[in-house]
Amino acid sequence: MKKKSSFFKILSINIVWLWLGIFALIPITLTFVTSFLTQDPNAIVKFALTLSNYWELFNHAYVSILIQSITLAGTCTVICLIIGYPFAFTIARSKSKHSSLLLLLVVIPFWTSSLIRTYAIMAILKAKGILNAMLLAMGLIDQPLQILYSYLAVLIGCVYDLLPFMILPLYANIEKFNEEYLEAAQDLGANWLTTFIKVVIPLTMPGIIAGSVLVFLPAMTMFYIPVLLGGAKNLLVGNLVEYQFLTANNWPLGTAISVVISLLMGAMIAVYWYNSKEKDREELA
Amino acid sequence: MNKFTKYFYTICVYFFLYLPIAIVIVFSFNNAKHSLVWQGFTFKWYASLFNDSAMLRVAWHSLILGVLAATIATIIGTLAAVSLFRYRFFGKKILHGLIFILILTPEIVTAISLLLLYSFLKIPLGFWTLLLAHTALCVPFVAVTVYSRITTLDTDIFEAAMDLGATDFTIFRKIIIPLLLPAIASGWLLSFTLSLDDVIISYFVSGPSFDILPLKIYSMVRLGVKPEVNALCTLMLAFTLFAVITTYQSIFKKKPS
Repeated sequence: MKKKSSFFKILSINIVWLWLGIFALIPITLTFVTSFLTQDPNAIVKFALTLSNYWELFNHAYVSILIQSITLAGTCTVICLIIGYPFAFTIARSKSKHSSLLLLLVVIPFWTSSLIRTYAIMAILKAKGILNAMLLAMGLIDQPLQILYSYLAVLIGCVYDLLPFMILPLYANIEKFNEEYLEAAQDLGANWLTTFIKVVIPLTMPGIIAGSVLVFLPAMTMFYIPVLLGGAKNLLVGNLVEYQFLTANNWPLGTAISVVISLLMGAMIAVYWYNSKEKDREELA
Repeated sequence: MNKFTKYFYTICVYFFLYLPIAIVIVFSFNNAKHSLVWQGFTFKWYASLFNDSAMLRVAWHSLILGVLAATIATIIGTLAAVSLFRYRFFGKKILHGLIFILILTPEIVTAISLLLLYSFLKIPLGFWTLLLAHTALCVPFVAVTVYSRITTLDTDIFEAAMDLGATDFTIFRKIIIPLLLPAIASGWLLSFTLSLDDVIISYFVSGPSFDILPLKIYSMVRLGVKPEVNALCTLMLAFTLFAVITTYQSIFKKKPS
């Protein structure tokens, strides 16, 4: 059918492209270009090309912050997976009438501000908080535990904040899982461990990867959770970017860190892409 | 896993998810400033919150910002989803990939890229920069929400409408919008809550001329735990739940289609 494009079609495509051009493509390009420019105390940047921002990232302090962030995000992802997988499996395989209600109950906390939920974690973990009060009352400890303002507190906050991001893609994946595969495996003589490792895990791999990407990326760039739960001691990449932008006023260095984060994200998306089938891809979003 | 272990485990996870929220709600009614011991029921933290005119102004700012950002994002996001589904055009695959990538991009990366844009264009930070940034944050989420629904539509409807002489705009107005209304509404709601809760992007692109609730809560929380914050958080939780439940009921239960 050959026909002149309608006004509506042209208008909507142009609005969408114009918007994404101005608020996505141009800012992304600016970030990339700025990371190769030089710091200037009197302006935003000096237009002199350099690679020094990237060299500076090899500085000991920055490398250790980067490693700390990756370790934290990785640990958080593994814990979310360990907690979330059996949970998603249980609710996805419960009676279908209950299943969607059970999922809704996971999503509700997700609608409340993550800042507020982080604040609630503070109230639980602080020296005179609920957790210590409970443990003291039960006689398990005689001194309040100093959990708040530690690495452990940041980790607990991250897991709490991001657990739904792990459960949702796993649920979507496990829900479609065909029970007959399990029976087939058992008929062929596999025990439950073999069935789990050779059948269940490979079939739910897209969900596992999607959930891991959705937890890992935000965990790595957490910004107020380390400030609130970790005190000033446990700073992560997100805090480093903030410091370069708002305190040190070194925008080129800040953007270089941001480019590194984006490259890491690109690598993770690529892993996801090659491990998923066409129809599964939309699920991540 | 036997049945009992399953139930026990599931309940433990729900407990973990809900305990912090429950604590905030309970302590917003506790008649004690610092103690964790229950000292009796009170509304005084709510009263002091409502007497705080600065707080009310900030809440109003956030509400306006959320409604405007969600509305603009819903229009652009819906147009994006419809264009991706119905039309062939230059750079369609790129557009699809871009939306997918934008959803995964850590907020801090988005935040500084927008800050750079505003600085190079010399736009002073304030209401407009916040509105545009929040809209930019929400557009991809709306696009994906609407797109996942639009792919379930039967394309024969469009052909039938075209055969009967409907223009593209008529099809959009009379077929696509009514059929996608639930998805468009969830997109709006998702955008509204994203805007209302956003700390990271707002932290970078806001100015002193327009203060908003998440940043106000952030500064209060950083200074320490105050009972008024509990009250404020409880109100926001109630408000979000109310908005979600009423929207779902009015849109999803109206017609048994």
